[in-house]
Amino acid sequence: MKVLKKYYLFLISIILISILFTFNTNIGLKAIMISGNTLGQLILILPAIFLVLGLLDVWVPRETMIKFMGEGSGIKGIALAFLLGSATAGPLYGAFPVAAVLMKKGVKFSNILIFIGAWSTTKIPMILFEIESLGLKFGITRLLIDIPGIIIMSFLICKYFLSKNEILLIEQKYKNES
Amino acid sequence: MGITILYILIILLFTISFKKDRKKTKEALKKSWKSLDHILPEFLFVVVIVGIAIAFLDPDTISTLIGKQSGWIGVTLCNLVGSITLIPGMIAFPTAAMMINNGAGYMQIGAFISSLMMVGVVTMPMEIKYFGKKLTVIRNVFAFIFTFFVAYIISIVMVGI
Repeated sequence: MKVLKKYYLFLISIILISILFTFNTNIGLKAIMISGNTLGQLILILPAIFLVLGLLDVWVPRETMIKFMGEGSGIKGIALAFLLGSATAGPLYGAFPVAAVLMKKGVKFSNILIFIGAWSTTKIPMILFEIESLGLKFGITRLLIDIPGIIIMSFLICKYFLSKNEILLIEQKYKNES
Repeated sequence: MGITILYILIILLFTISFKKDRKKTKEALKKSWKSLDHILPEFLFVVVIVGIAIAFLDPDTISTLIGKQSGWIGVTLCNLVGSITLIPGMIAFPTAAMMINNGAGYMQIGAFISSLMMVGVVTMPMEIKYFGKKLTVIRNVFAFIFTFFVAYIISIVMVGI
């Protein structure tokens, strides 16, 4: 019962794909194949992310992270957030658990948002691939707009759209975890 | 290839960690498993939903809808498709290049690529689990608006307005 409750969303998606399969075997089969394919690719990269996270959590002291990326870390913190987000691999949702550990370690909230932005748009391996497919001009232009865009959006969200209390509430969830 | 190197590095790190402190290394493994277990249900859901979405949206259908002439309507359409779907970059970039060769516009493709990266509608259950509803909605709305701007600049640079 507990497992059922935990995996109810997954169950819904399985039911959806079964319905699709009964009504349109072709598209249903295609959907199953694509899902299986994606799963195959991600099953390789996902454990890597979580293993590195476990090590990071245990070995990097909170004080160090606060010093480099916490309140008052300024441009250095922003640059590090970009670097951390850009050097990684994996889809956007891989960034959330990493962000959780960063919050636990006392990283400033705007830097968390910058990190997520960088993870989504300025990943180095992806940019190389983008330039190869769409050309240098396209890739560089997008990068030059995205970097300031990510910084501006992060600050706007932290300053005007979330109150200090709301930010604290999100962070608290992770800080209390041992 | 890249992944093999990554795992060799991880094994190396764990070996060093184990030599330095057994207890801490055990704890690290426990934490790794705990955080993976925490997100696994939502992760599986997202993978299947994306599979269904891509099965419906083949490149041919997309490229007929978003030619150069489609203008802002095409951009909006691209933004919506990019926001809802979650195609890995390894597939998205070559597909985008192919669509441009088949007559899709740079502005539309710029919108598609940007929203694909920054906006995640299907991953929202995961994002909410970590950041709560309010921030998730704000972040995605912001990113959605921003992608229009990115598309516009890209079209100016690539084709001169």
